[in-house]
Amino acid sequence: MPEQLETDDLGAHVIRVIARSQRIPVESVSLDSTFEELKIDSLDGINIVFELEKEFQIEVPDEGVQNLKSVRETVAGVRQLIEQKSQTVRPGVA
Amino acid sequence: MNRVAVTGLGLVCALGNSTNESWERISRGECGIRPLRDPGNPPYKFRFGAEAQTFQPLDYFTEKDLLLLERFAQMATVAAREAIAQSGLRFDSELADASAVITGSSVGGQFSEEEGYIRLYRENNPRVAPLTIPRTMSNAGASRISLEFGIHGPAYTVSTACSSSNHALGQAFWMVRSGQVTAAVSGGSEAVFAEGLLRAWEAMRVVSPDVCRPFSADRRGLSLGEGAGILVLENWDHARARGAEILGEIVGFGMSSDAHHITQPCVEGPAKAMEWALKDANIKPEQVGYVNAHGTGTQANDVTETRAIHSVFGAHTDRLLVSSSKSMHGHTLGGAGAIEAIITILALKHGIVPPTANFTAPDPACDLDIVPNEPRKTSIEAAISNTFAFGGLNATLVFKRAL
Repeated sequence: MPEQLETDDLGAHVIRVIARSQRIPVESVSLDSTFEELKIDSLDGINIVFELEKEFQIEVPDEGVQNLKSVRETVAGVRQLIEQKSQTVRPGVA
Repeated sequence: MNRVAVTGLGLVCALGNSTNESWERISRGECGIRPLRDPGNPPYKFRFGAEAQTFQPLDYFTEKDLLLLERFAQMATVAAREAIAQSGLRFDSELADASAVITGSSVGGQFSEEEGYIRLYRENNPRVAPLTIPRTMSNAGASRISLEFGIHGPAYTVSTACSSSNHALGQAFWMVRSGQVTAAVSGGSEAVFAEGLLRAWEAMRVVSPDVCRPFSADRRGLSLGEGAGILVLENWDHARARGAEILGEIVGFGMSSDAHHITQPCVEGPAKAMEWALKDANIKPEQVGYVNAHGTGTQANDVTETRAIHSVFGAHTDRLLVSSSKSMHGHTLGGAGAIEAIITILALKHGIVPPTANFTAPDPACDLDIVPNEPRKTSIEAAISNTFAFGGLNATLVFKRAL
């Protein structure tokens, strides 16, 4: 069983979305998994990102999709986009 | 086997509503990929497209005609009118039975289909327009052409995504060559700027946010385009006997399937299509001077096409001119093969190879002479035109200058 180091709530949530999107057991996906190991190709990647965008209400730019190669990168990317989004909706301070 | 002459050309695209108008601009390297007239709400991620902006249906059809004709079929019909007029052919009873109409279109009448869905799903109106099916069906162009010109022979439409019209032209070429028909009106069309279809393309993340830059290091994807190309193919002796002007010759056709991935291209499949096309044409790779590339401007296509060309042409690749006219008229999907066939024939006829427009910087992985930005005047004996479609379906046509 692959180790699950430092998988926080967000990481676990992203992993569940990836597993659901690819119709694979969630236990087979860990933070250390690469897309190559999981047999996820670029077309699968587009589908995964589509599901992540829906789940987390974020928008992933095209360049971000093309460079995704691992679960860890995906979690980091989602985290960054969520943070960016929360910063833009924060009310401005005079 | 008969030689196959091309005796008529008809073209509608972002660069013009006729062959001459379009060729004048394409041969100069003018880009027809412009900001979309309707940027979408919310805006599409891509801002540009090659729309046939000056194509006004009422210039060519009555309002009654248009009840049955969707944009893709309108453009195909107008292109057919131009090609058949140029050929001078009259489809009298004998020729009518001995002529074929074979067109390519990947999705047919999208606007009508979407109107139907809007009624059903947005307006909750279960009654759609009665003419939805005749407008939507991918064969609407072929059927209209057959109806308008009284052509009774074999008529059908091929749908193989971006290779649709190369497949259609290839089949038509083989039918004339084998003597099954005396003439064929063949090509293809696509009208892609329907909202649902644009959103579907947006979701694939292969459309460039700005203009496409085939073979450039900083290319970011394709630019969509609309248009139609129709060619009149004719038994060579038949064309000569009646004193027709022969614009070019189709000499070979090859097609293959990657059997690799539903969207990602590979090198071997396209290489086979090109090899088999040259074999069908009975010409050696060294005789080819120009390749009108599939050249979509995606990262994947341009590098795999480069490798495939190298594998087929070997050392001769250094002497090949390879350009992507999609850099000017966009990727016209089901219409691509036909529009690009016309451009290739005219390149041979006029001795001008159109450039790959919008080129910025070379990509070492695309080590070809891609005729960047400026056209090249040069006399060429033979040329090929490639289309490599989603689903891994590849088709290549081989042309010779008419001698």
